[in-house]
Amino acid sequence: MSGDVAVLGAGMHPWGKWGRGFVEYGTVAARGALADAGIEWRDVRSVVGAGTVRGGYPGYVAGATFAQALGWQGARVTSVYAACASGAQAVNTARAQILAGMADVVLVVGADAAPKGFFAPAGGERPDDPDWLRFRVLGATNPAYFALYARRRMALHGDTPEDFALVKVKNAAAGALNPNARYRAAVSPEQVAASAVVADPLRLLDICATSDGAAALVLSSMDFARRHGASDPVRIRAVSTVTPTYPKAVLDLPDIATDSAVAVEPSPMSFRGSIARAAYEEAGIGPGDLSLAEVYDLSTALELEWYEDIGLCAPGEGAALVRSGATALGGRIPVNPSGGLASFGEAVPAQAIAQVCELTWQLRGTAGERQIPGARAGITANQGLFGHGSAVVAVR
Amino acid sequence: MPSKRIPVVAGWFTEDGTEEDFRLLGTRCPLCSSVFFPPQKGLCRNPGCTGGELAEVPLSRHGTVWSYTDGRYRPPAPYLSDPEVPWEPYTLVAVELAAERMVVLGQAAPGVGVGDLAVGMTVEAVPGVMDAGPGDDGAVRTTWHWRPVAAGSSGGAA
Ligand SMILES: [Zn+2]
Repeated sequence: MSGDVAVLGAGMHPWGKWGRGFVEYGTVAARGALADAGIEWRDVRSVVGAGTVRGGYPGYVAGATFAQALGWQGARVTSVYAACASGAQAVNTARAQILAGMADVVLVVGADAAPKGFFAPAGGERPDDPDWLRFRVLGATNPAYFALYARRRMALHGDTPEDFALVKVKNAAAGALNPNARYRAAVSPEQVAASAVVADPLRLLDICATSDGAAALVLSSMDFARRHGASDPVRIRAVSTVTPTYPKAVLDLPDIATDSAVAVEPSPMSFRGSIARAAYEEAGIGPGDLSLAEVYDLSTALELEWYEDIGLCAPGEGAALVRSGATALGGRIPVNPSGGLASFGEAVPAQAIAQVCELTWQLRGTAGERQIPGARAGITANQGLFGHGSAVVAVR
Repeated sequence: MPSKRIPVVAGWFTEDGTEEDFRLLGTRCPLCSSVFFPPQKGLCRNPGCTGGELAEVPLSRHGTVWSYTDGRYRPPAPYLSDPEVPWEPYTLVAVELAAERMVVLGQAAPGVGVGDLAVGMTVEAVPGVMDAGPGDDGAVRTTWHWRPVAAGSSGGAA
């Protein structure tokens, strides 16, 4: 297909709390991706950095920051920021440049060094910033929003905290097999139930931590990949970066209220559902074609929502799907075979890139103990603050 | 002398009058009637609407619980909270307003815990104060709270 770009290389800096700077993590991931691709840094014609708001000015200009750390070599440079969707924006920028013929080989890098505890907004008095206001007026942390969705699922679909815990148990089991994951120990339902409640009904082990980490990809045109000797590379076939449609009827971070549906009927499809639909339409595949999915499990309950949003099951059936074992390694459609955010913790600008790294290794058949036999197609899905959709379809 | 009272954000709710008069304040499009909260200034966000300047409108006092949770740990700044005082969890409620066809967040009134709430329960907007106490300026911050109507009698999951 003419819209494909090749994934020549994937690399990560392991997730954790390492006490170093994001530039160092990103450089390690970039070198890993370049080595994996067999490409010299000086042969990269464009570098795209996914920004972080936690690294000071160098974080805002991440593309140039990583280019400088790797050694200035005159490549085209781009820096993008879209909260949790920054990584997908970076991948999409690279893809657009390749498809437009602006560059043959593009390096994509995202890295973060995260603080402990709740993510907090930037400082100062900023009463025009919804993200500042939700903390100021309501003390509404990110887990508070995840908990509102979780409680809503319990009331609407009959989900239980035990269902939510199954997601953690499943993802911890996968993460235990992943050398790049931060948490590599199995977790039992009893351990989840014994962890402290953070925002009722969610407990500490239902909610993803914040981590240091970095991920990088080397992307190229299909022609370049063939010339480079990669005759059957993993291909990125779609990148969805859609916004919601008005009126957005579900509260998302950092909303204090939804849009009003007085004048316009809300779309029957949720924003998250529309993110996946755009990716499927562009790729020309559907949920039935998937071998795996990597979704943004900011909380255990949210992973169940994603099952429904990416079409693995009907609305309300997410809990039944995880209970059936279908989404575990060895199941019909493994979700988060990497271990997901539950095992990684969130390193914001790196996370969507890391999801594509996992697709790449799975589709190549090099995912080791996590390998899904015969994986042919996968989707990643996530959502950036303020309405940045993010989904990538990769195939082999 | 009682502390000076200033709203945590100006213009989001009525500041004088009785509890029965208390209302959240949004804005409404003169052309398509879309409502916005927090009160959007300027132009309508309905992509199919070319309406002019939005006008202030009081929101419905009553709504039904869409979902709810609590905060067991102290939120970071800029939440107003005295770090010297042991943290008391607050309850957060998302409330569906039928006339406006929208969901509005707010803290629950003092003493209302997650055990007192259920999805679908009727609640009302009432005036409240932020629990941080007087700030450096000696003023208490006023806000809005959601409070179950006839608590204990109107519950039940929807
Ligand atoms: Zn309008």
